[in-house]
Amino acid sequence: MSSSLIRGSLLAFTFAASFAGAAHAETTLLNVSYDPTRELYQDFNPQFAKYWKDKTGQDVTIKQSHGGSGKQARAVIDGLEADVVTLALAYDVDAIAAKTGKFPADWQKRLANNSSPYTSTIVFLVRKGNPKGIKDWGDLVKPGVEVITPNPKTSGGARWNYLAAWGYALQQPGGNEAKAKAFITDLFKHVPVLDSGARGATNTFVQRGIGDVLLAWENEAFLSVNELGPDKFEVVVPSVTIVAEPPVTVVDAVATKRGTAEVAKAYLDYLYSPAGQKIAARHYCRPAKPELADPTDVARFPKVKTFTIDGLFGGWAKTQKAHFDDGGVFDQIFTK
Amino acid sequence: MAAATTLAWTGAARADAATRFEAQAATREAPWVKWLILGISLAFFAVFLLLPLVAVFVEALRKGWETYWSALAHDDALSAIGLTLTAAAIAVPLNLVFGVAAAWAIAKFEFRGKHFLITLIDLPFSVSPVIAGLIYVLIFGAQGWLGPWLAEHDIRIIFAVPGIVLATVFVTFPFVARELIPLMQAQGREEEEAALVLGASGWQTFRHVTLPNIKWGLLYGVILCNARAMGEFGAVSVVSGHIRGQTNTLPLHVEILYNEYQFAAAFAVASLLALLALVTLTVKTWVEHRAGSGTPSSKAQQDAAS
Repeated sequence: MSSSLIRGSLLAFTFAASFAGAAHAETTLLNVSYDPTRELYQDFNPQFAKYWKDKTGQDVTIKQSHGGSGKQARAVIDGLEADVVTLALAYDVDAIAAKTGKFPADWQKRLANNSSPYTSTIVFLVRKGNPKGIKDWGDLVKPGVEVITPNPKTSGGARWNYLAAWGYALQQPGGNEAKAKAFITDLFKHVPVLDSGARGATNTFVQRGIGDVLLAWENEAFLSVNELGPDKFEVVVPSVTIVAEPPVTVVDAVATKRGTAEVAKAYLDYLYSPAGQKIAARHYCRPAKPELADPTDVARFPKVKTFTIDGLFGGWAKTQKAHFDDGGVFDQIFTK
Repeated sequence: MAAATTLAWTGAARADAATRFEAQAATREAPWVKWLILGISLAFFAVFLLLPLVAVFVEALRKGWETYWSALAHDDALSAIGLTLTAAAIAVPLNLVFGVAAAWAIAKFEFRGKHFLITLIDLPFSVSPVIAGLIYVLIFGAQGWLGPWLAEHDIRIIFAVPGIVLATVFVTFPFVARELIPLMQAQGREEEEAALVLGASGWQTFRHVTLPNIKWGLLYGVILCNARAMGEFGAVSVVSGHIRGQTNTLPLHVEILYNEYQFAAAFAVASLLALLALVTLTVKTWVEHRAGSGTPSSKAQQDAAS
């Protein structure tokens, strides 16, 4: 029995070794991304692989990892070897740059449109017929309305949700910081459950049937309606909302070490190409260059009044510190 | 003691005792109490165990066999199966060797710090698996204690196969040892001493005396260890990095599919894990049965346990 055991474990080790070896045989890229881009990159990756093969003759396989944006950034900081990161917001990418120094701090200037090949915005998903009559941010704090949004500590989408609500309150007649804080405090009293990522929150709302309104990425909201039945949900666009910029960048140190710097850069450039922009628009991400996308896809985006984080909040670094870091506004309002 | 008792109390002995217990007025419960308790446990069993199990298979086959098979034959699913098998194939033999060694040391020898060692072996049972995963991130992660050294030598542990194996070994650590310690303690060391007196070497003693005595307990521990190794979610989730087709195990793959609205596929993969559980249970019952029916080795166990 024991000699067969020894043989068994030897076999297992050989198996594991060959397993690890096989992964290095061809060029692979690891794209560490946030939650609602799953379908987008499932579509985009094979197209890029084909483009790269045609152009250079090299085979490339793109591996994906998805999760809450903050959680994913944490994993990259802890050593997850991403060649490129495509996260939900600039702060999470800043955090990687600051903690690891694997790419320069001014990474966001390296690509057009603040390094965001596509943008999105925050909209509401409500149950069919909008039974609670939710039209705008103000309606979210009406008595008896339950709001689903993920945890701003771990989710990028949740931070955009929060800031969109804050910006709305700030821009109301007579609005100021104190009133905005009161509005957000009130809003989070209507939140029964905080998921760690956008997809988890969507599942809570859609699958488990909890809550009256889901604050969601526009692409996530449209996807839910399409995937799970237009007869069950509808999208409500509020009077004003935020431009959510999910940025992308190459993790230079990793790409250089793995010899993928060139293909990683081409991968991100391809997102800005006509093909990339078309795919983005098809998945309800607002393309940076709408003229390159399919006009019928572009026509699906509702016209909406927006504000930006740079314009209203003075950029991510400042906003993160004031609102989401330990002891920030979110901690103050949520512990009450 | 749990293992020895379970093993010894299977089969005829248990049935005899139960009948005797029932037959005497002093130890007999009123019929309504008996049926009430039986009813409660059956209802509990149906709602909390049977219903979810049935639900898994119903949901998995909701869109037909074709979807079911294509979900299982998908590249990512196959690689998840491969990784899960790899992790188990490494973790189980390691824990088998360790478990036998630890149980042997604890049951047959007296030494300082014995209780401390037992407590250490139990640690993975008392620590949340998520914490177990985080411990490895803190030690082997890029910002962790060994991170810089590992990066220098280009060794990847976290977010790669070794991390998943480590996490699996950690959570399955106690299964074999915990199963064997009470059994070996109950058996005592007389048989080994006799073997040594008769001139057997240490290895011969182990091979011909100890191993046959513990083999059913050992098998039982290995089965439980294997089931846990393949089903572990929490610890593995923390160290996995969730790279599809690379560091995704079966339980993680179920989560990913579920999050992508591919419910039928998620349940199809989940049904594999459920099948594994059923097979484990069957083998476990068979082992218990074999251990309980009068083979010489189990006779010794029963004698020792009683």
